[in-house]
Amino acid sequence: MTASHTRADAEAGPSGTRPDAEAGPPGARARAVLGLLARRLRLPNQPLVRHLILFVLGAGLFYVLTVNVGAYNDYQIGEIAVYAIVLGGLSVLTGLNGQFSLGHGAFMAIGAYTLALLQLHADVGLVGELVIAAVIAAAAGAVVGVPAARLSPPYLAGVTLMLALGLPQLSAQYGSVFGGEQGLTTTPPAAPGSLSPERWLAWIQLFCALVVLVLLANLVRSRFGRAFRAVRDDEVAAAVSGIHVARTKVLAFAVSAGCAGLGGALLVLSTGVVNVGEFPLSLSIGLLAAMVFGGAGSLVGVWWGAVALVYMPTWSTSLSQHLSLGTSAAAYLSDAFFGVVLVIAMLVSPAGVQGGIRRIGQLLWSGGGVAGLGGPGGGVATDRMDQETKERSRP
Amino acid sequence: MRLRRDRRASHRPVMAAGAAFAMAIAASVLVVGNSVDNAVAASTTGVTSRQITLGATVPLTGPAAPGYSEIAPAMNAVFKWVNAHGGIYGRKIKYIYLDDKYDPTTTATLTRKLVLTDHIFADVGSLGTPTNLAVLKYLNTEKVPHLFIESGCNCWSTPKFPETTGWEPPYTVTGKILGYYMKNHFKGKKIGELYQDTEFGQDVMKGINMEVPASAVVSKQTYDVTTLSGAMTTQMSALKAAGAQVVVLATIPVGTALAMLPAAAIGFTPQYVVDNVGADAPTVGPLLSSFTTAATHTKKAAASATALMNGMITNLYQPPESTSSNQWIRVEKKILQRYTGKLWAQHGLDGNTEYGIALAYTFVQALKAAGKDLTRTSLMKAIDTKAKTFKTPGFSPLNYTNTVHYGYEGDEVVRFTSSVGTYKTPTGTWPGTKVLSPVYVTTTGSGPVKVYQGKEPAVPGTLKATA
Repeated sequence: MTASHTRADAEAGPSGTRPDAEAGPPGARARAVLGLLARRLRLPNQPLVRHLILFVLGAGLFYVLTVNVGAYNDYQIGEIAVYAIVLGGLSVLTGLNGQFSLGHGAFMAIGAYTLALLQLHADVGLVGELVIAAVIAAAAGAVVGVPAARLSPPYLAGVTLMLALGLPQLSAQYGSVFGGEQGLTTTPPAAPGSLSPERWLAWIQLFCALVVLVLLANLVRSRFGRAFRAVRDDEVAAAVSGIHVARTKVLAFAVSAGCAGLGGALLVLSTGVVNVGEFPLSLSIGLLAAMVFGGAGSLVGVWWGAVALVYMPTWSTSLSQHLSLGTSAAAYLSDAFFGVVLVIAMLVSPAGVQGGIRRIGQLLWSGGGVAGLGGPGGGVATDRMDQETKERSRP
Repeated sequence: MRLRRDRRASHRPVMAAGAAFAMAIAASVLVVGNSVDNAVAASTTGVTSRQITLGATVPLTGPAAPGYSEIAPAMNAVFKWVNAHGGIYGRKIKYIYLDDKYDPTTTATLTRKLVLTDHIFADVGSLGTPTNLAVLKYLNTEKVPHLFIESGCNCWSTPKFPETTGWEPPYTVTGKILGYYMKNHFKGKKIGELYQDTEFGQDVMKGINMEVPASAVVSKQTYDVTTLSGAMTTQMSALKAAGAQVVVLATIPVGTALAMLPAAAIGFTPQYVVDNVGADAPTVGPLLSSFTTAATHTKKAAASATALMNGMITNLYQPPESTSSNQWIRVEKKILQRYTGKLWAQHGLDGNTEYGIALAYTFVQALKAAGKDLTRTSLMKAIDTKAKTFKTPGFSPLNYTNTVHYGYEGDEVVRFTSSVGTYKTPTGTWPGTKVLSPVYVTTTGSGPVKVYQGKEPAVPGTLKATA
């Protein structure tokens, strides 16, 4: 994503000829070289090509990362990828479409149970299982999205909260199908050769995460993405412009739920079992908090949120052990720790971690002597996406 | 594909370079994978000539922590005692217990940490049904012994998962024994049931309803543990309205407290029969007082908690902690006092610390039985073939065989009553325990409830001498 700064940068001056390019002093020449470099480094303007390049870079990075760590770290990296998928969907829903969901844990459960049931009763292969899990969760999201489209945020939170609380009961109620409290077991894909199963699964999960994020990034820059934002900003104005508001909201919900479903399915491949206990209300709330922490609406920010989701519990436990707190105090410390980190993150950087990083990057860039940046520095993450759309729609 | 590649002769060098690159990547993966495997496979994982590494996941924080967080430190006290006396065949025990907060996804992650980075020999004494279900398959695939799970779920004994064993009596066994007692002692009385609507409550009630005639049960109430927070006035009122004279509870300690308090408030005082899980006086008592205190802001709460517990009937599979003359109880108190002074000062010997000590001591017996050449196979074999000879505080022997992986299958029925004296712990003073029945044994199936003829094993001399 950093590449787009360079693009914004390049557009600040008249394209091709910078005023300082012909200047004599060495400092100016250096700046000119930097400016040229910045223009050379910029990614192509076609979203698909841009995102595919980022995809390849991400894949390379993760490959190097996974082969250099132990099996347990591979497992955790896989978990991070899973949460990145779920948070990606949530980020599009909240950051771009302005809808809330306290029930994404339930959509994860739908995907997870779908995968487990498919593994038990049908032979559709891993790809089939994952696709069907995502589609079924998306369908469930569309069903929830229909009433949701008519509700304002506080009521919407209520509906989705009910979903997070109620859905697990359903699987307890129909124990013969869903395995009751014991749940259903899942089989992770067999690793080829002597590759550790943890690493192989982490690769699958990372691959899925990158694919989903590329698809989401393309969606964000498509007609649908613009409709999402238009509806978020002003429903009446969007409707006047010919956007079907309800349909757009339902679509956003379905996409988001589909991501959660895929994430849930991939998660239970890791754990080897799917049961009600894996998808408590606290998961849904944690997802929302992590999404805000990473930066609502930012598809790079989801990785920060996912890292926080995976590592925060461990850190808070070590902290409480380090402080040798009593069990009851330690119980609250875990939540308090996450809360405090979230509050600090919001105070320091209202646009989440990714927003903060972007701002620091912009400050460094402009301090480096390259031509100043246009536009407000460090706006909220969603503005970034808007800005990019505006830029793209320029002739 | 190959045909197509061959046709594109001009692209061959590029293809070859690509293939070489791919092979290099594959080779690097194999090398990394192998080096990790070799490091571990040198001997039995988690066992050296001087140390045995064990792991567990338990709730140290979170909603399930009160009470249950005491078990693992109590187990560790036993291991410290072992280590202080030369270990087992010269090997000292290192026990790593991690906080999973009773969350299955966390359990899954932490269990991988124990297996993959701490290289544990066995997972011993992990707590909870949903949490252990999340790692059941993984530990069996990795052939890591998954022993003495702290849950009475009927699900731990299955041929599909030979590495897994339970330890405490299965919930259905407990239920059958309580039901058998009720059938014989509360003839013609109206029975009401309140149970947690999960496997635990359902399995206990399954056992009770196998014994108690269906016509005697006037009302069945449930509660949802995920939303359990307030007094269960609705359920207790329904039981009162149905005219229940005996109320059976299959509840966790918090559930017991939240059922008994509103009942007392509406003047409903039935004979309580409470499953062992939710009946430990030093665990339930403080909950009763704290809820009462919260509601009434009085200091008389502790006294009323003791009064509420008075007369309650429950079941035990090891000696009641209040029987100070019992040899096992004496030894257990000494171990707690000496090897985990903090726990002793905070809780003393209650149902949870007693549980931890007995469970750890069972594992120590298993390690001894497995012999000097300790492997995962020799440990599992020792448990499957020699468990009946283990000397533990349990009333009845451990019933492990190569097909049955439940532990104890026997209980006696007792009543908490101040008439036999009181029991003091750091958390309060509780009614003493009066034994009402002989030790009964039965199975999870339809087999009869029988009186156990054997005797409780005496404390081994070495334990008595060194504790």
